[in-house]
Amino acid sequence: MCLGIPGKLTEFFDLQGTAMAKVDFGGVFQDVCVSAVPEAKLGQYVIVHAGFALNTLSDTEAEETIKLLNELEAFNRDREADGSGQ
Amino acid sequence: MTAGIFDKQRDPRRVRELAAAIKSVVTRPWKIMEICGGQTHAILHYGLDQLLPPEVELIHGPGCPVCVTSLEAIDSALQIAGQPGVIFTSFGDMLRVPGSRQDLFSARAAGADVRVVTSPLDAVSIAQQNPDKQVVFFAIGFETTVPVIAASILHAQRNQVSNFSILPANVLVPPAMHAILSSPDNQVNAFLAAGHVCAIMGYWEYEPIAQAYNCPIAVTGFEPADLLEGILLVLRQLESGTASVVNAYGRAVIREGNQSAQQMISQVFQAVDRNWRGIGTIPLSGLGLRPEYSNFNSFERFKLEPLAVAESPLCIAGQVLRGNAKPTDCPAFARECTPQTPLGAPMVSAEGACAAYHRYHKAVA
Ligand code: SF4
Repeated sequence: MCLGIPGKLTEFFDLQGTAMAKVDFGGVFQDVCVSAVPEAKLGQYVIVHAGFALNTLSDTEAEETIKLLNELEAFNRDREADGSGQ
Repeated sequence: MTAGIFDKQRDPRRVRELAAAIKSVVTRPWKIMEICGGQTHAILHYGLDQLLPPEVELIHGPGCPVCVTSLEAIDSALQIAGQPGVIFTSFGDMLRVPGSRQDLFSARAAGADVRVVTSPLDAVSIAQQNPDKQVVFFAIGFETTVPVIAASILHAQRNQVSNFSILPANVLVPPAMHAILSSPDNQVNAFLAAGHVCAIMGYWEYEPIAQAYNCPIAVTGFEPADLLEGILLVLRQLESGTASVVNAYGRAVIREGNQSAQQMISQVFQAVDRNWRGIGTIPLSGLGLRPEYSNFNSFERFKLEPLAVAESPLCIAGQVLRGNAKPTDCPAFARECTPQTPLGAPMVSAEGACAAYHRYHKAVA
């Protein structure tokens, strides 16, 4: 539930009075409620939980998160290659 | 383009460095509890527990929303879902959690209209598309999930969707930390606080807890390097005898949290006593609808009677959720209780400690 994958705001729209946006997660798009991030701008990254933007991230913060996600892929491959838990 | 960022450096060095730093600071045994089930899952998935020195024990906290939802709430959900003319909506994890007689999944197999949604706003849309039905959303989860539920109530009110209601079962983290730390059999020396709960609520509420119980707390994210950094920051404090709240997830959390989201929560909800599955009632540890929004309360709409319920006598989930037992201490673990035949909620959700152990823990003694 709590994966912190950042998504990029690509388009704002109004759903019967509720502020929404289309968010791009590396090519997969989701409609997300943006009521709690009134400061958000197009092109900015947000962290999303249950279809709701929890907060905005700066580009460097988003890059750092994505870098960590990539690192752990490499880390896992490494460990599997090691063939041990240590 | 996002793709450019996704292609960035793939380097496990930071994880190794943090593991080495942890080894070098530890001199004594310590028990650290991660609050969030997402963190439990990540720790076991990436085998982080095996990277730590033997002195450091991670104990798994109550932060799996489906695990702590009370049996009464699940039985009430089943009662509502079984009524004609009801569409019952829920996050998917909740469907397989056993109530005292059945789960929502088997209610659906028996003909109830139970639907999985990823957001409660989708449940409001379902209500708008089915004006002749009552649409109920099972409102579970910690502070992270509450703003979107508040948004869905406000959305339903604004658009006069009178056939939508919620079964309120949300829970709050700080009262559970108090309950764990003040219990006479408490074993927790430090906490990793749940990053996304803090993204909403901030971490100022944790400062008096750290002080009162002399318990270091690190606001921690979900990636392996985040988790190890949180562990390192509390260990440094434990070894030097200090206890404060530190933020190891600065890229997503500020001390004050998201105030717009907090405002949405307090507009719709107020603190109420709540029964946690396996733990019992914790004062002011849940959120109920404010009187102005009580027409969105399924309990009132369906005039439910309080239920008498009983847990499986084999299940020790309460001890697991308080950090006093490991899933592998449970006599039913991997025998009567498996992810296919769960006896207790922690075996159902991927965030439940029992399910995470069943899936990842190879070194079962
Ligand atoms: S293994 Fe199953 S029976 Fe034992 S505590 Fe976990 S959920 Fe309960």
